[in-house]
Amino acid sequence: MHVLFEPGFFTSAPVRTALIIGAVTALVSAVVGVFVVVRSQSFAGHALTDVATTGGSAAFFFGLSPLLGFIGGGVLGAGAMELIGVERARRRDLSTGIVLSTALGLASLFLYLDTTNGATTGATQQLLFGSIFTVDASMVPLVLGLSAGTLAVVIAINRPLLISSISAELTKARGINLRGVGVLFMMAMAVSVGLSSIAVGSILSTALLIGPAAASVRLTKSLHASLVVAGALGVVATWLGILFAYDSFYWVPSSQGLPVSFFIVSLIFLTYLLSGLPTVLRDHRRSARRDSGAAVAATRDSLEVGA
Amino acid sequence: MVNAWEVGTMVAVVGGVVGFFVVLRGSAFPAHAIPNGAFAGAAGANLIAVNPLIGLGVFSFAAALGIGTLSRRGRSDAVTALALVMMLALGAAFLSLSSQYEPQIFSLLFGEILGVSSSEILPVVALGVVCLVAVAVLYRPLLLTSIAPDIAAARGLRPPRIEIVFLIVIACATTMTVPVVGALLIFTLMLGPAAAAQCFTNRAGRAMGASVAIALVTIWVSLVSAYESNWPVGFYVSVFSAAWYGIGRGYLWWRTRQPGRTTS
Repeated sequence: MHVLFEPGFFTSAPVRTALIIGAVTALVSAVVGVFVVVRSQSFAGHALTDVATTGGSAAFFFGLSPLLGFIGGGVLGAGAMELIGVERARRRDLSTGIVLSTALGLASLFLYLDTTNGATTGATQQLLFGSIFTVDASMVPLVLGLSAGTLAVVIAINRPLLISSISAELTKARGINLRGVGVLFMMAMAVSVGLSSIAVGSILSTALLIGPAAASVRLTKSLHASLVVAGALGVVATWLGILFAYDSFYWVPSSQGLPVSFFIVSLIFLTYLLSGLPTVLRDHRRSARRDSGAAVAATRDSLEVGA
Repeated sequence: MVNAWEVGTMVAVVGGVVGFFVVLRGSAFPAHAIPNGAFAGAAGANLIAVNPLIGLGVFSFAAALGIGTLSRRGRSDAVTALALVMMLALGAAFLSLSSQYEPQIFSLLFGEILGVSSSEILPVVALGVVCLVAVAVLYRPLLLTSIAPDIAAARGLRPPRIEIVFLIVIACATTMTVPVVGALLIFTLMLGPAAAAQCFTNRAGRAMGASVAIALVTIWVSLVSAYESNWPVGFYVSVFSAAWYGIGRGYLWWRTRQPGRTTS
């Protein structure tokens, strides 16, 4: 038992809070993430964490509630991205980038003012990297409530979301308001990302949003299956990461241990790499078969690849 | 201040030129991810006591190659996001192992251009020239694969391979600029001015020239403002870049309102 669980793992209150918050965040992020990945909005998903962080640093500066800053920042940023342009996929990438760079500029100003005012040392590190172990237990009900709300919205609009990501024409034919669905989804994503940035830090927020979802989309064929697999992958990676981080206090001599985000992200990254394995193996087998096959078929295949 | 002026000018020229292709190819995400993640390399280099420039170089090139190769099999935006968070997580681990001071993290992310020393100028200029030469050599294939990937493939170019080479150019620009101007600044200079320039003209050469000119004006005005007010340069650069983009979009909107002209 002691090999895996170092003493005190199950009795520590911060660990218990971390396990609960981590699981909830991972679950919501994974579900939202499947849609983010399918709709190719990973850049916006990541950019919103930085935009939310800007909101957080502004809240620090003005002495407001950080949660308000994170979620408010994210929602404002999502609104700005939608406002600047959505008509073409390439423009979307650009508008996300412009909003992101403006937000980062503002963040640098607020962090600068925070540190020169001197009241809040450690603000930069705390805001940028966050720590799941320092989450206040009183935040748990609030996070649970907002997460449930986000989840409900995304599940309610799941069909129009999927259809609009596959074909714009089909969406119009069905009489679905493309813009409305897009805005609603961006807002839900902003709340989810804002929540996870404050609860687990901005690095983990992106990792939990994109990683499990991208892996499960590669592994599964239906939406329901990929939602379930993504959720499971996210929760397992988070719990294992917390366990490893806790144990690492005992592994690394004379240190404060390694950050939990490092373990969780590594696990997620590894999962993603492994999720590509089935495709690689299949392609391998196919190309082996092709080598032994007729020359005509080989030429035709290579022409298809080249085109 | 003279040092900052020289470095800033070099960074603006490289940012404007590389940025033209970043905007044209829709590579805003890698252009954000590579500089932002490469900062972890500097933290790692600090930990094992080597020149941060080496750490930055290794990380940004690894990121460019990783994103390029993994994108062939997966969704490129998801791959970029994952590469970014993996690097940032390594950075967090490096920082927790070393006793890094917070101001150093801040300066790596947001830059310390007003504190550039004379010895730092040479590597910046050298790497900048490498970037410009690379873009000059690759100009036609880059343009063709950006605008018409089908024709490029028919001509025997391989778009995925060109993409990796382009990511390496971004990595090179990153290595050169992050130590002096920070991860934020180079991303902003690669995006805003080039995006604005492409609102004003459709001609490739003119757009690239306009993008460099806008980047230069932006950095010069920002340097003066930062010097006067003592606020971070990155703040001014990002705000002015966004303003340029706003002007560009306004110009486009005004053009479409003009009677007798067709939008192209």
